[in-house]
Order: sequence, then structure tokens, then C-alpha cells
Amino acid sequence: MTEKMQVKLNVNGEDREFLAEPRELLIYALREHLNITGPHVGCDTSHCGACTVTLNGKSVKSCTMFVAQANGAEVTTIEGLGNPATLHVLQENFREHHGLQCGFCTPGMITRASKLLEENPDPTEEEVRFGMAGNICRCTGYQNIVKSILAAANEMNSAKEAAE
Amino acid sequence: MIPAAFDYHRPTKVEDVIALLEEHGDDARVMAGGHSLIPMMKLRMADIPHLIDLQDVGGLGGISIESGRIKLGAMVTQHEIINHDGLASAAPILREAALQIADPQVRYMGTIGGNVANGDPGNDMPGLMQCIDAQIELIGPGGTRSVAARDYYEAAYMTDREDDEVLISISFAAPSGGHAYEKQKRKIGDYATAAAAVQLVKDDGKVASVSIAMTNLSDVPVWSEAAGAALVGTTCDSAAIKAAVSAMLADIDPSEDNRGPVAFKRHLAGIILSRAVTRAWDRA
Amino acid sequence: MNDMTPERDERAANLKGLGCSRKRVEDARFTQGKGNYVDDIKLPGMLHGDFVRSPYAHARVISVNKDAAMALPGVLAVLTAEDLSPLGLHWMPTLAGDKQMVLADGKVLFQGQEVAFVVAEDRYIAADAVELIEVEYEELPVLTDPFEALKSDVVLREDLAGQTEGAHGPRKHHNHIFTWEQGDEAATNQVMDNAEVVVTESMYYHRTHPCPLETCGSVASMDAVNGKLTLYGTFQAPHAIRTVVSLISGIEEHNIRVVSPDIGGGFGNKVGAYAGYVCSVVASIVTGRPVKWVEDRMENLMTTAFARDYWMTGKISATKEGKITGLHCQVTADHGGFDACADPTKFPAGFMNICTGSYDIPVAYLAVDGVYTNKAPGGVSYRCSFRVTEAVYFIERMIEVLAIELDMDAADLRRINFIKKEQFPYQSALGWEYDSGDYHRAWDKVMEAVDYEGLRKEQAERVEAFKRGETRTLMGIGLCHFTEIVGAGPVKNCDILGLGMFDSCEIRIHPTGSAIARLGTISQGQGHATTFAQILATEIGLPADSITIEEGDTDTAPYGLGTYGSRSTPVAGAATAMAGRKIRAKAQMIAAYLLEVHDNDVEFDVDRFVVKGAPERFKTMKEIAFASYNQAIPGLEPGLEAVSYYDPPNMTYPFGAYVCVMDIDVDTGVPEIRRFYALDDCGTRINPMIIEGQIHGGLTEAFAVALGQEIAYDKQGNVKNGTLMDFFLPTAWEVPNYETDHTVTPSPHHPIGAKGVGESPHVGGVPCFSNAVHDAFRPFGLKQTNMPHDHWRIWETANKLGLHD
Repeated sequence: MTEKMQVKLNVNGEDREFLAEPRELLIYALREHLNITGPHVGCDTSHCGACTVTLNGKSVKSCTMFVAQANGAEVTTIEGLGNPATLHVLQENFREHHGLQCGFCTPGMITRASKLLEENPDPTEEEVRFGMAGNICRCTGYQNIVKSILAAANEMNSAKEAAE
Repeated sequence: MIPAAFDYHRPTKVEDVIALLEEHGDDARVMAGGHSLIPMMKLRMADIPHLIDLQDVGGLGGISIESGRIKLGAMVTQHEIINHDGLASAAPILREAALQIADPQVRYMGTIGGNVANGDPGNDMPGLMQCIDAQIELIGPGGTRSVAARDYYEAAYMTDREDDEVLISISFAAPSGGHAYEKQKRKIGDYATAAAAVQLVKDDGKVASVSIAMTNLSDVPVWSEAAGAALVGTTCDSAAIKAAVSAMLADIDPSEDNRGPVAFKRHLAGIILSRAVTRAWDRA
Repeated sequence: MNDMTPERDERAANLKGLGCSRKRVEDARFTQGKGNYVDDIKLPGMLHGDFVRSPYAHARVISVNKDAAMALPGVLAVLTAEDLSPLGLHWMPTLAGDKQMVLADGKVLFQGQEVAFVVAEDRYIAADAVELIEVEYEELPVLTDPFEALKSDVVLREDLAGQTEGAHGPRKHHNHIFTWEQGDEAATNQVMDNAEVVVTESMYYHRTHPCPLETCGSVASMDAVNGKLTLYGTFQAPHAIRTVVSLISGIEEHNIRVVSPDIGGGFGNKVGAYAGYVCSVVASIVTGRPVKWVEDRMENLMTTAFARDYWMTGKISATKEGKITGLHCQVTADHGGFDACADPTKFPAGFMNICTGSYDIPVAYLAVDGVYTNKAPGGVSYRCSFRVTEAVYFIERMIEVLAIELDMDAADLRRINFIKKEQFPYQSALGWEYDSGDYHRAWDKVMEAVDYEGLRKEQAERVEAFKRGETRTLMGIGLCHFTEIVGAGPVKNCDILGLGMFDSCEIRIHPTGSAIARLGTISQGQGHATTFAQILATEIGLPADSITIEEGDTDTAPYGLGTYGSRSTPVAGAATAMAGRKIRAKAQMIAAYLLEVHDNDVEFDVDRFVVKGAPERFKTMKEIAFASYNQAIPGLEPGLEAVSYYDPPNMTYPFGAYVCVMDIDVDTGVPEIRRFYALDDCGTRINPMIIEGQIHGGLTEAFAVALGQEIAYDKQGNVKNGTLMDFFLPTAWEVPNYETDHTVTPSPHHPIGAKGVGESPHVGGVPCFSNAVHDAFRPFGLKQTNMPHDHWRIWETANKLGLHD
């Protein structure tokens, strides 16, 4: 064990501080120090994306990042995307189009999809499949996930058009 | 999977990185995006008492394109490479290759420096850098020096870089002609079963010059001068491509793994190279 | 009555009952990151456990030195077999009648086997302590080939030395576990000897793993004051786990509460009992604090629950016209170091005897030999009923091989041999009674939908173009017609450790007309909270939205055998309907009393009881619910509750017809799925949206298994695919879109006619993908090539056929 360091993170808009060993992985720091249990550990080796969070504007796999690396960063997790009163459009569409089953990949999947749509608001099916390829789902076969994301994009674009 | 404990350093100046490397010797390692190193640490296959995080070190980022010369800071990510319009038009082969590396999340973190520096035979950028004849700039206690990518790789995970040196940038002349980065893998996130980087210049209906490098088909990337030579002066017809493939096959030395036996990999290397050459020729 | 219809339809729609694509109630929490999985559980003072595992596949454990680990601050205990043996917990019984080491007792039998269990203040200290434990091993010869194991002098299971009788009959060799025979061997051989056509083929169904995205884990909390143990974990069968824990620990069952929280996918991985569960319990008893154990992905792939690993040799006989006359199947089953297969007790090879498939085969014989090797134990049913994927793969390959021999179209050959609609209930040669089916209708519907003849024409043209050197891509048309056998099952022939495989539902209607129903099953993504409420809504006339479904807590839920083998809908779904009918029966009496008529003068109408012939006189179920709490009704107890323990009279037999169109690059070995058409008949359809989702998922797991997913070992018994770099889980990029279709042939014996669907697409999908690969090379003389059809194996197939210059 090495000495613990003071870690500062802005998580879902809130400044959080805690003591942690540098080697602690960001995913466990979120889950165990901050009780943010939406992101999950699926593979441990950065292949499955269940641990995906947005960190300083990038989709990252928080199982492959030390908490020391993340120190000072802004982090958004599934918990920061919507709330029970106002769900994120993606959260609504995943439910509407049956884009989830066991739910274990869902937080990472939706968090990644939110970033994808931010960067590419009107993706083709192929672009969604390519852009979501860092997230593994064992239940759905992806067909309804893709459908959910495309539907969410549509809805967001229609809302934007209506606003203009 | 939990890594062993380490002391964490996040210097802001290259000199401080060098000083840390000098102080801790073998016990220290630098880390850029961490997507090669962290899994190894989690599997406890790499024991690193002192981890030096390069994210805040000044002067290691940025893509510059000036008078036909392109320079990539070591900390430039695959994501930046893909999304940099100037780079995409000046050296489109980089974007084509970067899109075939890992997955979106890993590409946000994975850097060109990390991909090139360590001599992991599975990485795509080393072969590509050999193809476009890049220069690797290193800094150490004695100052900076430059090594050709074609001279940099010695064996798997063994390179010309000394333990107290840090890769700070990569530079190359904007490639001309047609390009192709052709890669076969089992799925997204996998290393290449076989990959080929080709940059080809056409003149008067013939191959004026061409550079060919292969990935994950030896313990180092393979720049096949002979394969290129077999194409120069030809119309890139099937006989010429066949000759180039034969020459390339003499230069590679794949080993069997979960991606397949040697016979398959050699055959596939030929197919991948043929397709890459054809595509580069069509684009030239 | 006609003018009532729209109003009635509206009332029915408001219930969101059977047949409605009701949105899932689970999704609110899952989409907001508020699921509660085992690793989310955090109890005060909780410790973390981690294993020291063997790097060797076969070795004697000479010594375990824990001094350095114990000296590490924050380490509370290091358990070894020596520590567990006084409690009798160093071994545990397996579901297959064998026993398995919890911690290495003198030797290890597979790579990754548990040797010691470290308990520490946090996961970091535990991981450090694991590194500090010194284990001295003496390597022993390794057996990874079951055929070699049956000949070898090396004794793997020294604890069984001299035992010639196992849990399933005589053992022929010290590495032999059982021989299981079904059918009539003599009659089958006689048919084969006299047949016009006989074809033999051998195939290996490779070892793979269910690999749910969430690994296995548990949190044990022993309350020393009250003597009560609470065990949270990834359990597909929480009630059975409670009984097992009680039997092996001696803690009385009423003092054990087992809870399955949300489960991140199971697919069979979470049926068994694992060393980690036992160690977390013991560690909690020893330390007096809660202990969490969660395996990492490598541990998951290497140690808990492999699937398949069947070496199958078949012989099929037929007339020259293609009428099948007999089937012979010999299996050598690699069970690894311990026989921990998760099958009903009397079925050591599961329902492998469904291997006559969808065909009317008059005589058949099956023999399965189970063998010990130096591989991980398991043998679970990965997204299928017990060994049904193996059985269906076997018969669907044998059909193709027979078609080649007869030079017939494989679709025609299937059609000739399908069990006919009028033959149901159909008695199979290997002992099953198929409940219902209309195979010809399903098959013809699919053939028409995909324009089968057109595909064959296109394929023939492609072969010609290939021969002319105009293309390097071949086209394969994969066919499969499968019959599943699910819903284990009748208590008369299905039990696990003596526990009959019934299931249960308990319903309480609240005064205001909402309800809670608890079941003995546990959802792992199937959406039980949504669909079971739909069954009830239709049965009791209360809206599904007003019905809470609860599962997984043994203190509150009625006893049941859990969720696997597509048994939830056939068994617990039936229990739900039956319990609902008990509610309705009582509601009828209440309604009659309130309406002041005789019981028989009221009838159920969607959400109410109406006076026969006077529909304007009615009491809604909501009113009846309140009345049951508020009125003193002569002869009736207050309240409205019911419980049903349902023992199904038979299994259910879902079926389906699949077609896969695949293009294969002969030079690179890369397959491209151009089209996949899946028609499923799962009987009555409860929620079409969820059915479709299950089919997409099952097909994708089939895609993975057929085209690359495996657990392979080298000669030293090292696992070659221990991470997701090498263990093939496809991403959205590799996976195709699927077209789904259905017919509905209800199960005649199930209360609502439903058959179960979650596993059908996997069972049918694997042979369909594999047959497409085979079919592409059929014009060049390929008969059989083993899965997984990854790039290099497809390339090798092409290479052996001389297709590379």
C-alpha cells in the first residue's frame, strides 16, 4: 500500500473530494468512495465498456484509468444524464425500443451513446454500430440498442428543429 | 484485477520526467493513455513502483503541418488523428489506420506516442510509421535525438529507446500518392491477424515509388523494401503484385497464436498486401 | 353483444395482459444506473475475499505458506483446505452427484483452481496478500483429451480410487464418470445393418462459456447474535442454493436467507454453486463480518461453468428416397476435473436424448460417456435447456450429411422427415412425448419468405462464377429446424439434489385492487417483472401496471427451482396462471354475493364479473378486491390471496425454422452474414417485444459460438482464451440484423399454452450459422468441419479443399 492522496473530482456537476491510493481504478473510486454504482466492471481489460463514463468530454473506460490520472477531472456518469423527473432522451428510447435486458451494460451503453450523439447528432446505422463498438452487450444482440439510439437522435433533432 | 501499489508522479515539464527516470531507473515507467500499460499492471505482469503520468507535461501535444512536414506530439490521441481535417487531407493513411485501432473509448485515450514507443508487435502505428518513413524524436538526459522508425524496433518490446529516454514527437514528410491501410482482425478491439500499410506514387501509368510495411507478422513491424522494389516500374498488374507478395513473405516471420497457424497468417499476409496495393494504386 | 365489443377491447387493452408489447417495468432503474447487482451491495464493516489460484492444471499441493500474507496489515484471514476440513467444508457436493474441492485438498485438477482464500479490509489489500502466499506445487502429468484420459494410467481423482460405481452407474476406468444409455441399441443396429443408406460422421462441439457481462459473486453476512446467515449472490436458483448451503454448513434452513439481487445476465453460468460462495460464507462466520467475493473476468472464464465439450459420433440410416430409418449417437463428454454439470439428477447428459430432433425417426440409440480431464468443471446449459444445443447441433449436422450422401436438397430432406402435425403428441424413439407442433407450416413459411429456390439458384451461379475465377466469395445457405425441450420439469422425472423441479407463485391482492406476486424464479434480464404481471393481468383482471412481481428473496418468495433451461414461463408462468385462477374462483364467489346471485350466475369478463345475460350488472375486480377486505361474506375467509406450486405434466417443446445466408471470402476466411431469418413458435406469446429481444440476443450468442467463441487449452492445460481479447464476444459492428417471424402452436398442457423462448434462438442459431459455413463448401466436397468457424479455420477448410490455387 502506498500513501493515500487527496483526489478531487467533479462528478455529475458536484465537487467531490476523498482520499485514495493512486492505484485505485476510477471505476472503483466512483463505485466505492462516491457510491456511484451505475457504471459496472465487466471485463477488467477495457474490452466491454460497461464502465464507460464521460471524462473531460471523452468517453473513457473507467476500469482502465487510475484515480490519480483522473484527479481534477470532470466526470459524467449515467447518474448525471437524467433524473427520475426528466429522463434523458436516450434513457426514454432505450425503454421504448427494448434496448436493454439485464441492464448491466446499459449505464455504459447510454453514457457512450450520449457522447456519440453529441459528436454526431444524425448518425447512420453504420455509424452507430461503429461508434458503439466499444460496448459489449450479451443480451440484446444490439439490434434494439441501435434502434434506440437512432430513435433518440431523431427525437433530439426534431426537438432542435422545433425550437429553431 | 488489481494492480500493485505505486508512487504516482504527474510532472509538468519534460526535464522533470527525465529527472524522475534518472532517479528511479528501472523502477519507473512513463504512461500516456495507459491502455497498454494499465491492463498489464492489473494482470500484475508489469511491476512499476514509480508511474510517471505524462498528461500534464507541456509540449507533448499538437499536430502541426508546415511546408510539407507533419509533426505529431507524442500525446496526440487516435481520436485527434481521426478528427483532424488537415491531417486527414495531408496524410489520409493515418486516419484510415487509426479508425481500425481498438474502439472509440480507447481511441480517446490511446496516443500515437504510446502506440509507437514500446515495440508492441500488435500495435498498428509502428508499421505505418515505417511505411511513411517517420522520424521518432526522443529526449533523454543528453538532450534530444531522432531515430528513423525503420531503425527503431529491435524485438518484441525492445526498441532503440533507452530507459531514461522519452518519445516526444513523431514527424514525417507528407506522403504523396495513393494510400491504404488494410487490416484483418477477429473483431473490434483486436490486434491485426495481418495488416499492411502501403503508400504508392503513380507516374505515367507506372509505379514510381512505393513503400510497404506489415504489422503483427513478426516480433517487430516489417518494412519490406524488396516488396516495394518489386512494384516499382510496373503497371501494378497481377504478376507484379505477386512478386511483391513473394518478396514480402521472405521478410515476415509470423508465429502461431489464437488468430491462427503460421500457414494461414502467411497466406493472409499476401492477400492483405495485394488488396492494400490495389487500393493504393486505385487511389494514386 | 356486438355494440359492447369496442368497450370490452378497451378494457382488455388497459390491462396490458397477454399478447401486449408492454414496456418493461425494470427499465426505469436500469436506464438510470439504479440497478442493484451483487457488487453494488455494501454492508457496514464488509470485507473482501480473493483467491490464490493454481497456475497448473494438474499438480500436488505440497505446502501453502500464509505467513507473509497474514503479516500484511489489513489481512484478517487466509483460508485453506486445512482450515475448512474441520467444518467438513473443504469439499462440496456438485449438482451432478459428484463432489468438488472448495479449496485444493492435496492436489489441483485444473488451471485456476482455488487454493486459498484471502480475507482483507479492502479489495486492494486482498489482491496484494494473494501475491504474498507461497504455494509449493509438484507438477503432475496433464490430461486434456478425454480419449487419452480413458486410456491413461494417470489417476485424476485419487479421492475416488477403487470406486467402480458412480452416481450414475458403473465406472469403466479411473477417469470415467458414467455411461448413460437411452433407446434400443440392438434394434438400432439392426436397422443400420439392413438400411439402404447409412452415413457416419464425427463432430466436436467445442468447449465454450456463457460469459454473462456480470461475473459471479456473493456477499455473505453471518449475524452471530441472531444466528442468521444472509447470502446475497448471483444465483439463478436462490432457493436451491439455500438448501445446499444448509445441507453443507449445518445451519438450519430457516436461519438462512438467500437473496438474488439484480443479475447481470446468467445464461447458465449462475446455476451452480461455486467455491467463492462457500468461502464467503465461511469467512463471514470466521471473521464475524460481512464478506464480499466477486470474481474477475479471467477467473470467470477459467473456473466457473464451461459449456459443451462434446465429442459426438453419429450414424444415420435412410431409404434411398430419404426417409430416415434410424439414428445412433455416441458421445464422449469432457466434464473436466469434477463432474459439476448442472442437469436434473436422472439426466447426467441432460436432455441429449432430444437428439432425434424434429424428425420422425422410428428407432434410435444414444450413449454418453462422461470423462474426467484436467479442465475446469461446469457443463452448464449455456442459453439452452440441458445439453439441447449439443443435441440439436448433432441432428442438424447429421441431416446435412445425409443430404450430401443422398445428393438431395437438405430442405427437402427435412420436409420428408418432419413429424407431422397429426402425429402430436408424438412419442420419440428416445423417450420424450412432444406436446405440439406444426413443423411443415413453419418450414414452408420460411422457405417462401426467403425465396429459398431463388437463393439456391443464386448460389449455383456463384459456384460457377467462382470456378470461372470471377469471384473469390462463396455463398452458404444455412438451414435449421429445431425442436427444444424446455420447462423442466415434471417432478416424476426431474429433480436436482432430490428437489423436484416444480415452481411456484404466491399472490396477494391488496384492498385497493393492486397486487403483489412472488415467484420461485429469478430474472436475469428476461423481464419477469413485466411478463408475469401480464399473465396475471389477463387471469385476474387487474392492470399489469398495478401488479408488482418479486423474486429472488428466499425469506419472502415461495420455494422454486429457479430460472434456467427456459423453465420460467413453462413452470412458474403456469404456477402464476394457476394461482391467478384460484384468486378468480374466490372473486367469483365474492362477486356473486355482492350481486346477490348464485355463484354460477356470474361470469368473468376481462376485468369484472358480470351477471350472465345482464352485463350491466357487474362488479369489477377492483371492487371485489376491496370487498374481500371489507365485507363479512358468509363461508369465506377475508382477504384475497392464493399460492400455487405447479408440477408440469410434461415438458414443452418450442420449435423454429431458421435460414442464414452467408458470403464467405475464401481467401481470408471472413464470413459475412447477409441475411438471417428466424421463425419461432413458442406457443402462446405473452409479450412480443420481449420475445423478439430474446431472439435477437440468443441468435447473437449463437453467432459468437458458431463463429469464434471457445475455451481452448494447450497441452499443459493452460487456458488460451482467458480475456475478452481472445474470448469472442461480438460487438455491434460484427453482428447482423435479424428478421423475425412466428407461428403459434400452443402447448396443450400449459395453462396458457406458452412454451418458453429465451433459449430457442441459441439452440437453433448455432447449427444454422454452422450449416451456412458447411453449405458454402458443399459443392467442393466438404462434409464436416468443426466449429468454431473463425477466420483461420474457415481458411483451413478452403485450403484443404484445394481452393487456394
